[in-house]
Amino acid sequence: MLTIKNLHVSIEDKQILKGINLEVQKGEIHAIMGPNGSGKSTLASVLAGRNLFNITEGEIIYEGKNLLEMAPEERAREGIFLGFQYPVEIPGVSMMNFLKTAVNEQRKHRGLEPMKSSDFLKMMREKKDLVEIDSNLTNRSVNEGFSGGEKKRNEIFQMAMLDPRLSILDETDSGLDIDALKIVAHGVNKLKSSENATIVITHYQRLLNYIIPDRVHVLYDGQIVKSGNKDLAIELEDKGYDWLRKETQAG
Amino acid sequence: MSIHAQSIDLKDRFAAFFYKHQSTIREGLPEGINQHRQVAIEAFQQNGIPDRNVEDYKYTDLNPAFEKDYRTYIRPKQIDFNLNDIFHCDVPALDTHVVLLLNGWFYEKKTPQKKLPNGVIITSLREAANEYPEVIQKHYNQYADSKNQGLTALNTAFAQDGVFIYVPRGKAMDKPVQIINLLMDEEPGMSQHRNLMVMEEGSQAKVIVCDHTLSQSTFLTNSVTEIYAGQNAHMDFVRIQNEHNDSTQISNLYLNQERDSNVTSNTISLHGGLIRNNYYLRLNGENCENKTLGLYLTDRGQHIDSYVHMDHAHPHSRSNQLFKGVLDDYATGAFNGRILVRQDAQKTEAYQANNNILLTDDAKMNSKPQLEIYADDVKCSHGGTSGQLNGDALFYLRSRGIPLKEAQLLLMYAFAHEIIGEIHIQPLQDRIHELTEKRLRGELTRCNYCQMHCGDSGKN
Ligand SMILES: Nc1ncnc2c1ncn2[C@@H]1O[C@H](COP(=O)(O)OP(=O)(O)O)[C@@H](O)[C@H]1O
Ligand SMILES: [Mg+2]
Repeated sequence: MLTIKNLHVSIEDKQILKGINLEVQKGEIHAIMGPNGSGKSTLASVLAGRNLFNITEGEIIYEGKNLLEMAPEERAREGIFLGFQYPVEIPGVSMMNFLKTAVNEQRKHRGLEPMKSSDFLKMMREKKDLVEIDSNLTNRSVNEGFSGGEKKRNEIFQMAMLDPRLSILDETDSGLDIDALKIVAHGVNKLKSSENATIVITHYQRLLNYIIPDRVHVLYDGQIVKSGNKDLAIELEDKGYDWLRKETQAG
Repeated sequence: MSIHAQSIDLKDRFAAFFYKHQSTIREGLPEGINQHRQVAIEAFQQNGIPDRNVEDYKYTDLNPAFEKDYRTYIRPKQIDFNLNDIFHCDVPALDTHVVLLLNGWFYEKKTPQKKLPNGVIITSLREAANEYPEVIQKHYNQYADSKNQGLTALNTAFAQDGVFIYVPRGKAMDKPVQIINLLMDEEPGMSQHRNLMVMEEGSQAKVIVCDHTLSQSTFLTNSVTEIYAGQNAHMDFVRIQNEHNDSTQISNLYLNQERDSNVTSNTISLHGGLIRNNYYLRLNGENCENKTLGLYLTDRGQHIDSYVHMDHAHPHSRSNQLFKGVLDDYATGAFNGRILVRQDAQKTEAYQANNNILLTDDAKMNSKPQLEIYADDVKCSHGGTSGQLNGDALFYLRSRGIPLKEAQLLLMYAFAHEIIGEIHIQPLQDRIHELTEKRLRGELTRCNYCQMHCGDSGKN
């Protein structure tokens, strides 16, 4: 589904990603862990198409297409979804209008008619229940005045509405209490199928108690320094990132 | 009659014209109005038409607009037409008392009922001057600055007609008054109408002013509106400017607020060639509330300049100026907002902001705040931004599959909403939302006429 080959990314002459290789098959959940500043969000943004960065080397193939040539909205319509680490507040744009526009753009792309209002409302209700998001939030402006937790749930809610094929969740767990974390994990698990894939970026192992990853990768200073199964996450939790630093320096 | 004589100075041209025709100008009007003319024309000769050397007009030179050879009507010109054929206000469900000014003259046929059962009067300035001389004596030219402001003085010297609204003490208007200014002529025309609105103590009113050009010729408007909001009066004043690219519109609003009064003025400039809006606001009592808001959407060579003078003369009043603009192509604009807090005006709260979105590198905005504060216990702030759309927000929307164009539109629309949401007349607010969206989508720019007219909301 997704192949990242030797990806090098810089911003303002500063190298952030230094040769990332990653292969994600459909039906899989991958976890990317790593300390602050290692480049996790940069990788997520590059996948979603943020144009702040310079791709100096490498390629990304998604469903047989050259992803780097596609605009962010094209990627979204092809099924890529980014759950933002810091969702943006957009005063004056109502959640309702925003979601309706997004859903209908995706439908248009698939050759479908815009959704009827009644169907749309019904779908909203269903998906809201899934992430147990406060009903009133959808009457407000996008993320405006939402608490940290509400913003994160709103990301999962949008993911549920858009039904993506490849979801990249960037620290959706940070700032959540354990109940909220369970709800988010529940949402992710509910949406999982043999046709889609998820990349969860996280700082802590605890999310991975609820979302069981097929593969775990450790991103360190712009490189994936170690990959393994879910036990790697537990090992990391025990030994900390220092262990890796020693290991990479030794290797 | 037209004003020729290229060789002499512009202001002398207007003065000469005034002296030559003043008997016609004065005809049919009482002293209450005529007594101000002589002083005004002299003040005009002193001040002239401001050019860029005048600090408050640094970004807008009005002289070229005045240099054109306009027909100036000191008697209404008979224009033969069926109004309903060429104009209908197509704001659905907008129920108003409609008053028409055609080239600045009150259009009698459109106003059957001038006095409402509760004593509210909606009529022409001419008629009011004769029927209600005591109101005219008390309020006419009492708030307008015909001494120092050349353009206001020019209007005071020439003004012959306009709209007069009187809301008696404690009365509320049953529905908004809608003043429609129509400009229509085959020749270049100039209008200097004069409105007076008197809101007695505890009264309430909503007034909508719509400016339209209905024919292609060049127009120049230099209008003055005086509003007196008595103690605890509440007023919403909404102005929709919608003229073609060859028009120059100068509006001079003088608002006097007495204690506990509350006035919101909201100017939506959808279209116009050159627009200069002057707001002179005096909070002349304690505990006044004032909001002065503006939204302008300009493209191509349009230019809009907003000037606000907010005068806090007494303690405990609050004012809020917010002007927002979207400038496309090589459009230019200026905002000059001034807050004056006099020594006695303790506990004043006065805020001002001017935010602009520049869609191209050629669009330009000059924004100049001025605070003059002589009281020590006040809260005042001013701020401004001019720039592009927020890149993070754009990316967020696009990452959900919304195309760039649509994402930009959503953000511009959100930007405009802050002002439009303050139109407290729902059908009008809805319509302005719709027109703004069309305007921002570029669906109305090719339409050189008035947009309220050809927007055709009812038909789709
Ligand atoms: N817009 C930016 N401008 C400059 N530096 C950036 C920008 N975004 C990220 N960086 C830098 O890139 C590095 C990686 O950041 P990021 O991808 O956010 O890491 P992580 O998500 O793993 O914490 C950091 O050193 C950060 O300071
Ligand atoms: Mg991050």
